Amino acid sequence: MTRMALLAFWSHWRRHPVQFFTLIAGLALATALWSAVQAINAEARASYAQAAVQLGVDGTEILTALDGPIAVSQYVALRRAGWQVSPVLDGTLRREGQSFRVLGVDLLSSADLPAFAAPEAAQNFQAADVLTPPGRLFASPETAASLAHLPDLPPIIETANVPPDVVLTDIGIAEQLLNRSGQIDRLRVMPVQSAGIPPLADIAPNLRRSTQTSGETDRLTDSFHLNLTAFGLLAFAVGLFIVHGTVGLSFEQRRAMFRTLRALGLPLRRLTVLAVAELMIFAVIAGLLGLAAGYTIAGALLPDVSTTLRGLYGVPAANTLHLRPEWVASGLGMAILGTGLASVQALWRLWRMPLLAAPGLQSWAAGARRTNRIMAVIGIALFLAGVVAMVLFDGLVAGFALLAGMMLGAALILAPILSLILRLGARTANGPISEWIWADLRAQLPGVSLALMALLLALAANIGVGTMVSSFRLTFTGWLDQRLASELYVTARDDAQGAAIEDWLTPQVDAVLPIRSFEFSHAGTPLFVYGIRDHATYRDNWPLLAYTPDVWDMVASGTGVLINEQLARRSQIWPGDTLTISPKWSLPVAGVYSDYGNPTGQAIVSLDALLSHARDVPNRRFGIRVAPDRVRALSQELQTRFDLPSTALINQAGLKARSMEVFDKTFVVTGALNLLTLGVAGFAILTSLLTLWSLRLPQLAPVWALGMTRSQLARLEVVRSLALAALTALIALPLGLGLAWVLLAVINVEAFGWRLPMYLFPLDWLRLFLLALLAAGLAAVIPARRLYRLPPSDLLKVFADAR
Amino acid sequence: MPVKALLIAVLMALGTLTQAQGFAGLGTDADGFATPQRGTDLQFPRDHGPHPDFRIEWWYLTATLTGEDGVDYGIQWTLFRSALAPTEAEGWQSPQVWMGHAGLTTPTQHYFAERLARGGIGQAGVTAHPFDAWIDDWQMAGDDLSDLRLVARGDVFSYDLRMQADGALIRHGDNGYSVKSEAGQASYYYSQPAYQIDGVLHLPDGPVRVTGDGWLDREWSSQPLAEDQTGWDWFSLSFDDGERLMGFILRGAQGDFTSGTWIAADGTATALPHGAFQADPLGTTEVAGRQVPTRWRVYVPERGLDAQVMALNPNSWMGTAFAYWEGPVSVTGSHTGRGYLEMTGY
Amino acid sequence: MLCFGIGRQIPRGGQEWQVPVLLDIRNVTKTYDGANARPVLRDVSMTLNRGQTVALTGESGSGKSTLLHLSAGLDAFDGGEITVDGTALSSLDDTGRAALRRDTVAVVFQQFNLIPSLTVAQNLSFHARMAGRLDTAWLQELTGRLGLADLTDRYPEHLSGGQQQRVAIGRALAGRPALLLADEPTGNLDETASGAVLDLMLDLVALSGTALFLVTHSRQIADRLDRHVHLSGGKIA
Repeated sequence: MTRMALLAFWSHWRRHPVQFFTLIAGLALATALWSAVQAINAEARASYAQAAVQLGVDGTEILTALDGPIAVSQYVALRRAGWQVSPVLDGTLRREGQSFRVLGVDLLSSADLPAFAAPEAAQNFQAADVLTPPGRLFASPETAASLAHLPDLPPIIETANVPPDVVLTDIGIAEQLLNRSGQIDRLRVMPVQSAGIPPLADIAPNLRRSTQTSGETDRLTDSFHLNLTAFGLLAFAVGLFIVHGTVGLSFEQRRAMFRTLRALGLPLRRLTVLAVAELMIFAVIAGLLGLAAGYTIAGALLPDVSTTLRGLYGVPAANTLHLRPEWVASGLGMAILGTGLASVQALWRLWRMPLLAAPGLQSWAAGARRTNRIMAVIGIALFLAGVVAMVLFDGLVAGFALLAGMMLGAALILAPILSLILRLGARTANGPISEWIWADLRAQLPGVSLALMALLLALAANIGVGTMVSSFRLTFTGWLDQRLASELYVTARDDAQGAAIEDWLTPQVDAVLPIRSFEFSHAGTPLFVYGIRDHATYRDNWPLLAYTPDVWDMVASGTGVLINEQLARRSQIWPGDTLTISPKWSLPVAGVYSDYGNPTGQAIVSLDALLSHARDVPNRRFGIRVAPDRVRALSQELQTRFDLPSTALINQAGLKARSMEVFDKTFVVTGALNLLTLGVAGFAILTSLLTLWSLRLPQLAPVWALGMTRSQLARLEVVRSLALAALTALIALPLGLGLAWVLLAVINVEAFGWRLPMYLFPLDWLRLFLLALLAAGLAAVIPARRLYRLPPSDLLKVFADAR
Repeated sequence: MPVKALLIAVLMALGTLTQAQGFAGLGTDADGFATPQRGTDLQFPRDHGPHPDFRIEWWYLTATLTGEDGVDYGIQWTLFRSALAPTEAEGWQSPQVWMGHAGLTTPTQHYFAERLARGGIGQAGVTAHPFDAWIDDWQMAGDDLSDLRLVARGDVFSYDLRMQADGALIRHGDNGYSVKSEAGQASYYYSQPAYQIDGVLHLPDGPVRVTGDGWLDREWSSQPLAEDQTGWDWFSLSFDDGERLMGFILRGAQGDFTSGTWIAADGTATALPHGAFQADPLGTTEVAGRQVPTRWRVYVPERGLDAQVMALNPNSWMGTAFAYWEGPVSVTGSHTGRGYLEMTGY
Repeated sequence: MLCFGIGRQIPRGGQEWQVPVLLDIRNVTKTYDGANARPVLRDVSMTLNRGQTVALTGESGSGKSTLLHLSAGLDAFDGGEITVDGTALSSLDDTGRAALRRDTVAVVFQQFNLIPSLTVAQNLSFHARMAGRLDTAWLQELTGRLGLADLTDRYPEHLSGGQQQRVAIGRALAGRPALLLADEPTGNLDETASGAVLDLMLDLVALSGTALFLVTHSRQIADRLDRHVHLSGGKIA
């Protein structure tokens, strides 16, 4: 019996290969996007975790000073009081346009770090070489390669035990590389401490003990991954609409077969078990296919994700993908779970299917009206919950709650709203056909509403994220124009050459603007303070967000400081407040400027002020104001006269191009996921229309019999699909703009530390609107063609068949 | 671990580092480190302090103690100095590296702890007068060497002892010039073998008041071992009749080298030439995966000594970066008494 | 009743003096595509005059439904000719046949005649409005006579089988088509309902002056009509 049933099950799929393909493809697509995102997340998280272990910050407690660096004497005081702590100097080394994070540690008290403790480490180096000049730098092979050509660096030891872009070295070497003698940024508290040591407050009351994470970046990267996960989940949900549609169709079409099997004595329980087993087999097959596809997608996207993570958050991230068992398990699990979820309704119907009675036409009207009301209530409640969350709570989680509430709420309200619009539209109908079209649209709504929800979410996400990215891009471009006002930028090999270049240039160009900075520390994070020479370039161009009236005079006279938006928002200091740069140096904030794409705090003071508070500030970089037509000749002359490498000279256009390239790379992932999601939504519409096919004939046959041609009906089918898609797209627009606002004004501020103005891009909407119509049209054409070619005898069967 | 590699290199394998030296009378080796010279007069308190131009140096205190509870204990407190270059400098740039070892042995337990520190920043160091030797919160300090307070702390034990010496310092070898091999490797070596100690041991079970005898060794050099030498067995024994013995065997592929000092009850020291002091293992114990001799026959025929030396706790293994056996022993036979045994290279 | 009906009868412009033959079926053959393609209709000929009622009987599978479908322009035939109201159906394309269904004939099937998404009222007026011949007074009378006056706001799924068939008949006659083709319109109803519906239909057909071509398997019903044609094995017996 079971064997016979299995044959019957299988014969259905043999006769409906397209349906089989749709089911597998839908599920595989959903799994692919989900698992691609998961793979990217898992890889990035593994990178962080590995980096945390390699840098000794995996949950270790640390001590930081509230007022600048920790003095070595304080470290010694702690050690002599019995505290087992280990010093870390954390700074940025900039050489020839590249920057590296230099981590200086005391080798003797950091023997637990993998770079030193790994079994193979003993063969790589002699401790004496590391501790005595010139010392040794430990770096990943990748970082070592980019360090290799830089002059005046200690020998490099390649090791896989240091994260990318980080250089690990002894603190004695680091303090000289970074020009920060006698400073310590934080102390790692070793896990095992002696009993009976005195409390911290007695020895070092100015130090704070906290559990070390990668600091701010942890929260930031979390938001990035949450973003990706949300996208993955959205894509997965959209994919499930497809599965739901196809499974529903396959069960609908097999009703007669199921009934026959049962009439022949197959117990309902076994029939259900068989149906579940069939679905699970499909889930596993599709899940595996989806994993393979997801792995490919993730592999293609990962380099861009790494660029984003390094560029925007300054965290290490690997470029290569590893196959992780937990990822395979989660992908397959989601495929099976998703299939189950999407099939619940079909299975329930199978379980409840009467043995004999033929079902009547779908009871759509009353049922749909009741469902609409419930969905509208829940949808509005979700909307409100999101708003309440935003009002009650602060921060990223509230932002995401608002987003979730908006999106889910809107999805649920979609069907009731469409139904209302159609009812209102029906009033405008004055012919029998138009009356019927309105009524029929409404009748069709419950069947396609899931697919339309998918389309709504995909479109809104597209509009929202698109508006965010485009607004960001526009702002960024304008900001680059302001910020990169100098026509040419030059980097000297050393301070002496810098001075020579400055002397040589000064008489022959409009202005030579030194770019000199020194790294301080503010609230435990690095603070780069730039010293500028007062010049119209800054007064005319610098992108200020908030400022006091005499802002530039204050900066020029050394009585005011400009800070970047990130620092202003993070530390809640604005014009009128005071910034403490070091224990001996505080300045009133004169203005706040936008500073996109930079994870760290930054401040600008007058050059004289900086030089009087910091020793040995490098003087190697200059912005040159010169007539644009002289840039080419000047840079050539500079290059030959001072024997500079070509990388030492960057013209404004080149720098802008490079910045935009980094910017665009950053959002490649978002763009790709956006487009994929929209594609999946289009596929969802197709499957739901195919599913509805068998239910459509009883609706269409009477109209055909009353004097309409099949081609008219087919055309109307396409028009109807287009109309629903168009209405959905119109509703998606305000939703997408709301989404964009939340992203720009809430999520961005929390995640990156800057708020962006929102710009509207109607042409993009039009493009998206047409894309939605195209998707809906393409999806409708297939069933419409089928209708057009349907033999009249098949239509006539409607009136004779008992379905 | 490389730190271990460093220390082993510095402490044990100096033979290979200094192989090119032609030290006859030159006073420095190829790397610029000073070498011990016969006939140098040790100056105190100056020489209680560090000698940064020598490669290696230590302040080494061991004590056999008895608790109020009648139980025998032993403690060790050691500060090693190791120079990567024969100079001193300020801050992290100092090439001096310091290492502290503390041990506490009971008949059934052996506790130890280790500290590492950079020179130049004040985390560890020694001053000669007033005397102060410290690393982190460990300390051996007092107005001078004859009255000291000794503190060390591990994660489960600590001790706080007061030590007073009434006898004179003992200069080993040729007035403090102690030869370590037949090839002529040598160190400067003196001791204060007669401290009276009382104080408190803090054990996981609680504090114990103790009294007993302490022995401080001071030694510095740039080339203490010959190339073929793999380790040593070092004895410091205090007999009940007031006499004391320091003796060591440097085990080498080309034969062992022995040396020692016999200290009479009145404090008169007599160097024992190569071969005068002898010790043979009588039984071994497996400790940390190695066979370590924890029972010895020790004899100095010219002094009528023929005794058995037995570890109080055969598991007195110092599982530090540079691992060795160090623990209290009891003496029976021709003489009775207590002492300390150190064994390296097993 | 009949007097009342005649009194209400509206002469259809110019048709009175046309040729009396409304439906002319000549030597029609029809074969469905399939594995064992056997002709369903073989050389069938018959005529039906204006206002005439004709019953078509025959065994199951004798081709009587097919003949009805062909006459309504619902399907195309393979050979011969069918002329409806002077129009040769073989000359019509899909659009022409749709126009025929809209303007000249009306069909009532055994079941599922109604458009599920429209109300009873919308269904009733649908065909007449499509043909552009909505006569509100006539529709109202039809609704009343068919006993549907209280049901106009309902949707088909909430009607009984008999009610649904009455809506289908009302819709078919609302536009006063020249020819009503009915394919076992009461085949799905029980005997009582069946009789009532059929009585109503015959009355209303007479009232509207529409010719009726009725497929039935009931001899009793066939006897109540003007003429009776029997189809057997695809041929007129």
